[in-house]
Amino acid sequence: MTRQLKAGLMCAALAAGAALGGVAVAQDNEQFFPVLVYRTGPYAPNGVPFANGYVDYLKLVNARDGGINGVKIGFEECETGYATDRGVECYERLKGKGPTGGTVFQPLSTGITFALTDKSFNDKIPLITAGYGRADSVDGSVFRWNFPLGGTYWDAADILVQHVGKKEGGLDKLKGKKIALVYHDSPYGKEPIALLQERAKMHGFELILLPVTHPGVEQKATWLQIRQQRPNYVFLWGWGVMNSTAIKEAVATGYPREKMYGVWWSGAEPDVEPAGPGAKGYNALVFLAPAGEGAVHKDIMKYVYDKGQGTGDKSKVGEVLYNRGMVSAMMAVEAVRKAQSKYGKKPLTGEQVRWGLENLDITDADIKKLGLTGYMEPIKTSCENHEGAHSARVQTWDGKKWHVQPGTYQADQKIIRPMIEQSAEKYAGEKKLQKIDCKSV
Amino acid sequence: MLFRENGQFKSTYRADLQMLPIRQDRWFMAGLVAFAFLAVPYIASGYLFLSLINPFLILTLAAIGLNLLVGYCGQISIGHAAFMSVGAYAAYNLALRIPALNFIVVLILAGLIAAVVGMLFGIPSLRIKGLYLAVATLAAQFFTDWLFARVKWFTNYAHSGSVSTAPIVLFGWKIETPVEKYLFLLAVLIVFTLIAKNLTRGHLGRAWMATRDMDVAAEVIGIRPVYAKLTAFGVSAFYCGVAGALWGFVHLGSWEPLAFNLALSLNLLFMIIIGGMGSILGSYFGAAFITVLPILLNQVPLWLDVPLSTAMVSNFEAMLFGALIVLFLILEPRGLARLWAIGKEKLRLWPFPH
Repeated sequence: MTRQLKAGLMCAALAAGAALGGVAVAQDNEQFFPVLVYRTGPYAPNGVPFANGYVDYLKLVNARDGGINGVKIGFEECETGYATDRGVECYERLKGKGPTGGTVFQPLSTGITFALTDKSFNDKIPLITAGYGRADSVDGSVFRWNFPLGGTYWDAADILVQHVGKKEGGLDKLKGKKIALVYHDSPYGKEPIALLQERAKMHGFELILLPVTHPGVEQKATWLQIRQQRPNYVFLWGWGVMNSTAIKEAVATGYPREKMYGVWWSGAEPDVEPAGPGAKGYNALVFLAPAGEGAVHKDIMKYVYDKGQGTGDKSKVGEVLYNRGMVSAMMAVEAVRKAQSKYGKKPLTGEQVRWGLENLDITDADIKKLGLTGYMEPIKTSCENHEGAHSARVQTWDGKKWHVQPGTYQADQKIIRPMIEQSAEKYAGEKKLQKIDCKSV
Repeated sequence: MLFRENGQFKSTYRADLQMLPIRQDRWFMAGLVAFAFLAVPYIASGYLFLSLINPFLILTLAAIGLNLLVGYCGQISIGHAAFMSVGAYAAYNLALRIPALNFIVVLILAGLIAAVVGMLFGIPSLRIKGLYLAVATLAAQFFTDWLFARVKWFTNYAHSGSVSTAPIVLFGWKIETPVEKYLFLLAVLIVFTLIAKNLTRGHLGRAWMATRDMDVAAEVIGIRPVYAKLTAFGVSAFYCGVAGALWGFVHLGSWEPLAFNLALSLNLLFMIIIGGMGSILGSYFGAAFITVLPILLNQVPLWLDVPLSTAMVSNFEAMLFGALIVLFLILEPRGLARLWAIGKEKLRLWPFPH
C-alpha cells in the first residue's frame, strides 16, 4: 500500500511542480508570433515543411534585418496535431504571451480556424488563413478578424471548374459531364461543395460527392465508386496522408492521373512522392508560392542555415509547403510593418496589427524587394475584401518536379461575392453580431 | 487523529442516512465548494479556465453520466459521445429555432432528447450483454456521426457542416468571460453531482447495482430488468446530453461532428476506468487525469527549460501519458477513487496504525 501511495504522491508532486514551475522568459521589446504547428500525427508530412518555412522566415527577419524595423520577433511553437481541441488549447496558451500578446494566429487547419474565429471577436487577435479557413470570411464587415489572404476554397473550386471547362473547350461543354469531389470529411473538405453545386447548376455538370473520413488512409470504397461511375474529372480535396493514398488508389483503379486535380493543399511533394512514378501527370492548383528557390531562399541559406539555425532539413528548403509557410510568415511580418507605419515602431497589439492586415498592399515592387518575384501575386486588402487576391495557376507533377502551367486564373467574383455576403449575413445572424459599415471605416 | 468519527452519534434515521455521514467530510466538502466558488476565480488565469478547468468540469459531468450506466448498472457503452452530440445539436437547434427559450430550459430539453435517444439505443441491452452490447452501442456513435454530417437540417444548412452558437444569456447575465463560464459550469456540475449521488443511493441506484451484480438474481427479487436497464440508459444519456450541450455552447462555441467522434467516447470510458467504476468521485478523478494531465505533460519541458523540439515534446507527452495509465492500472485496478478511499482509511488510524 505504501508503495502505491508513494507512486500516487510522486505523480501529484510532478503535476504540482509543473504547475508552479518557471515561466518562459519574454523580452520586453519584441513582437510575439505564436506559431501553431503540427509536427506529429497523420498530417505531419504536410505540417512539418510548412512550419519550417514559417519559422525560418521569422528567423531570417531577425538575423538579416534585426527584426521588423528594429523590433525583434519572438516566437513559440505549440503542437496542435491538427486537432481542434488541442489547437484551441495552444491558442489560449500563447495568446497572452509577449509584451503585447499574440500578434496573429495562423493555425493551418480549417477546423481550428472555425473555433478561433469565434474567439477572435473577444480577444481581438487577427487570424491569417492564407488559402484555407472560411470562404465567407472574405467579408470584413462581419469577420473583422479573419484574413483569408490570397484565396479561399470557393476561389479554388471556381478556378478548377474554369480550368476543366477550358480543357473541354468552353464552360458550356461541361454539360452532362461528371465531376467527382473526393474530399476530407471535415470543414476543410466540405467548404468547396457550395460553390461546386452552384457551378454545377450553371453549367449542367453532375457533381458526385465522395467523402473520405479522417485521416484518409482507407479509400477503397471511394475509388470503387469512381470506377463504377467513371467521372470525367476528379477534384481532390485532401490533406496529409489522404492525398498520397488517393493517388495510389487512382493508380490501382486505373483512373488517369491527368484527369485528377488537387486543391493547393493537395499539390506538394509529400503528396505525390509516396505514390512513386504512378503520380506522374497528376495536377494541382498552386497559389502564392510554387516550388523552387528565389532571392529570399539565398538569404535564408546565408543568414539561417549557414549559421546552424535552420529549423528543418536543408534539402527541403524550397519545397511547395515550405515556400507557402514562408510566404504566410512574410504576410504577417508585412502586416506588422504596415501597422507600424501608423502606430509607431514598437511591439504592437493584435488589434493594431489587424489594421495593418486590413490595409495591406503588397505590390509587385514590394515582392521584388522581398526577393519573392515569381512566387506570389500582389495582394491588396480592404474592409470589404479581406482576401486581397484570388488567382491561382495549375501545376503538373512529372514524376520528379512540379511544373507550373502557363496562364493565371481569376476566380469569378460575380458568382462568389453574393455567396460570401449571404453566408456572412447568416453567420452574423446566428451569432447575433453587429455588422460594421465598411464605408465608415 | 483528525479524521475520526468518535463521538459523532446518530440519533435519527435522517442523520444516519446522510450523504456524508462523517462531520469532517462535510466540513471538507463545504470548504472545497466554498474554495471553488470564492477563491478559484481569483487564483486561476484565463488560460487555466479555458483550457483545463472548464473542459474538466464538462467532461466530469459526461463521465458521471457514463459511470451511472457502466459503473452502476454494468452495461458497457463505447458510444457515449453520440449522446453528447445529440445533446449539443438538440441545444443548437432549440436555441436557434426558438430564441425565446431560457438556456436552462434548452439544457434540460437537450438532455431529455438525448435521454430518449439513449433509451432507444439501450433497447439491445435487454437481449445482449457484455462485450456484445459494447459493440452494439458503437452503432449509436456511427449513426450520429452520419446523421449530423449528412442531414443538413440539423446544422442549419451550414456550408461546411460546422455550427456556431450565440453567446449564452441567462436572466440578463451574459456568460462570456472565462470566470463566468467557470462559475456557471461549476454550479451545473454541483447540482447534477448531487442528483447523481442521490440517485445511486435511492431505489433506482440499488436496482441498477443489483442488475450489475447479477441480473438473474435481481429479477428474482423483483427488479424488472427492462426498467432498470432503460432508466440507466436514459439517465446516463441525459447527463451526457447536458454535457454535450455545455461542451458545444460554453467550451467550443462552434463545432463540427468530428468534435464528438469515437475518440471522445473512448476517452470517456478511460476516464471512468482510471477514475473508478461505480464511483461518482472517481468520475472527477478520471476526468482530471484524462483532460488535464496530457496538457500538463506537454508543458513540462518548457517549464523545466529543457530545449526539445515541438515534435519531441508531443511524442514525449504521448509516451509518458501512456506509461502513467499503465502504472495506475497496475497499482490500483479499481481506479483512483479506490486510492482515495484507502487514503481515507489510513487517515482514520493515523498516527497509530495497528
